[in-house]
Amino acid sequence: NKNTPKVCIVGAGPAGFYTAQHLIKSRQDVEVDIYERLPVPFGLVRFGVAPDHPEVKNVINTFTQTAQHSRCSFYGNVNVGTDVSVKELQQAYHAVVLSYGAEGNRRMGVPGEDLAGVHAAKDFVGWYNGLPDNRKLHPDLSCETAVILGQGNVALDVARILLSPMDMLKKTDITQPALDLLAESRIRRVLIVGRRGPMQIACTIKEVREMVNLPDTRPEMVAADFKGIAEAVKEVPRPRKRLTELLLKTALDVPTEKEQEKRSKASRVWGFRFFRSPVEVLPAPDLSRAAAIRLAVNRLEGSGEGASAVPTGEVEDVPCGLVISSIGYKSLPIDPLLPFDSRKAIVPNTMGRVQKTAGVYCSGWLKTGPTGVIGTTMNNSFDTARALLEDMDSGALDVSSAKPGSQGVTPLLEKRGVKPVEFSDWEKIDNEEIKRGVAMGKPREKLLSVDEMLHVART
Amino acid sequence: TTSTQPLRSDNKVTVHFINRDGEKITVKGSPGDSLLDVVIDQDLDFDGFGACEGTLACSTCHLIFEEEVYKQLGPVTDEEMDMLDLAYGLTDTSRLGCQICLTKSLEGMVARVPESVSDIRQSGDGSS
Ligand SMILES: Cc1cc2nc3c(=O)[nH]c(=O)nc-3n(C[C@H](O)[C@H](O)[C@H](O)COP(=O)(O)OP(=O)(O)OC[C@H]3O[C@@H](n4cnc5c(N)ncnc54)[C@H](O)[C@@H]3O)c2cc1C
Ligand code: FES
Repeated sequence: NKNTPKVCIVGAGPAGFYTAQHLIKSRQDVEVDIYERLPVPFGLVRFGVAPDHPEVKNVINTFTQTAQHSRCSFYGNVNVGTDVSVKELQQAYHAVVLSYGAEGNRRMGVPGEDLAGVHAAKDFVGWYNGLPDNRKLHPDLSCETAVILGQGNVALDVARILLSPMDMLKKTDITQPALDLLAESRIRRVLIVGRRGPMQIACTIKEVREMVNLPDTRPEMVAADFKGIAEAVKEVPRPRKRLTELLLKTALDVPTEKEQEKRSKASRVWGFRFFRSPVEVLPAPDLSRAAAIRLAVNRLEGSGEGASAVPTGEVEDVPCGLVISSIGYKSLPIDPLLPFDSRKAIVPNTMGRVQKTAGVYCSGWLKTGPTGVIGTTMNNSFDTARALLEDMDSGALDVSSAKPGSQGVTPLLEKRGVKPVEFSDWEKIDNEEIKRGVAMGKPREKLLSVDEMLHVART
Repeated sequence: TTSTQPLRSDNKVTVHFINRDGEKITVKGSPGDSLLDVVIDQDLDFDGFGACEGTLACSTCHLIFEEEVYKQLGPVTDEEMDMLDLAYGLTDTSRLGCQICLTKSLEGMVARVPESVSDIRQSGDGSS
């Protein structure tokens, strides 16, 4: 139908799907097309969420329902900004929603960051989750100690994957090359380093509890880091309080007999290191790779969430062969004509309306910055959809003129030699992956290269 | 589906939901069903409710109860508390709907779906 409102969405992660879901549900006429860089949908649900968190991935069922809706179409293998410009999308659609996530990586900005043995958590996660860009990472796991910089949930995902017993991991959809390498891993100790204290830790309690309960491991904490915490914890809201109490208990309490037994038999160790910032990654004598990390010792100024870390001048060297920096993802600009706030690494917006750019909206991590869980992304995506619907109703967004929608875009793509992957093509990939998984006793064995994905999609 | 069953059944438990717009919706569920099951079986339209399908991996099934009802809901596991801690508008009488099973004694209970107030820091001009 030529006169229906046509909206396109850039990025098929949770933000894209939740925005689409809300639009389709709220209006009986709107048509939504989702353009995705990769041949496969679901963004970080597929390439971020840890393989041992299959429950989190249940959201895929709802996304699939949305994608199969008669007023929704999926165009995978289309890189917006390269294969088609945002301007061209604006010409073809009444509105464009940017929800392409945060595919960049914050750097530590310290000497030695580019040595072998130093990886961004984003790449390490992409590697074990089968992100085509990271398939060649091959991290060297032959050292005893790994240091992770950052104490958010991603840092704990990485720690868990490094320390989990093989019989747990082999039942997940972790890629086979990652599983093979982890099976040979010599890493026995993982330190998770943060610049501030236990009360400022950025992860959530579920992830800490998983560490505490991880079989064959014991915690290694520094009791002095917890000075004064038992007092301070009384004042804070429940989520922070429960998290801190769990940390306190793990670090200071006399373990129960059962826990004592677990700890004494454990072959692997994990621990938080607080009040430490990276100064330099130190190379091995032959300069070939990382051998240690130099950390500045901090003290806290102020208290609570707003406390800041101030260096004391003291430093400390921790020998380690693997350094993983987990200090945050960041969004990247994809089109020079769109406003971009490079300091905050988001598209500047008012309630999801991109500033100074009528008809363009944003949702998800691109809108808020890379924080929060899928539930947070869901809510902010619904908000963006609401803003868009309001603009349609008020006339601020003109939907009276006919727009061609995908019919205006497909010829451009064809001319440029880009062949989109439809949702039914993804279902072929999905089936193939599940089939390969069954053969390995896993829920799925992911295809690891774009070429292979496209090959399966087109047979 | 429920439409083929008699409307009034002595085995069923009446539940009143209050949705995000403050509207009251009265439905019936079977003892043993979770409140998430009820929401799904009755096709109740609470945006985004039950994203992880009852596996304790989200907090989108967050519900708020009256004090009296809350006390009757049975024990809360650490794992449920852990997910609840991430819920918007957490209260002292909050629970996760997928973890609460209906019993006859809960007849007439009221469960409120909290507003999903988005973080104000995320609106405005983005400057915080
Ligand atoms: C390692 C990790 C683990 C996590 N684990 C959990 C968890 O256990 N539970 C939980 O609730 N949340 C978890 N999260 C958070 C969750 O993944 C995010 O909240 C959510 O994915 C953000 O959604 P999004 O759509 O904004 O971004 P994304 O999921 O990144 O989706 C963006 C999509 O846009 C596509 N794209 C990028 N550039 C372009 C382009 N130029 N053209 C077209 N498409 C493009 C990408 O390929 C991607 O598919 C985790 C996050 C990370 C990083
Ligand atoms: S549905 Fe996810 S926790 Fe209840």
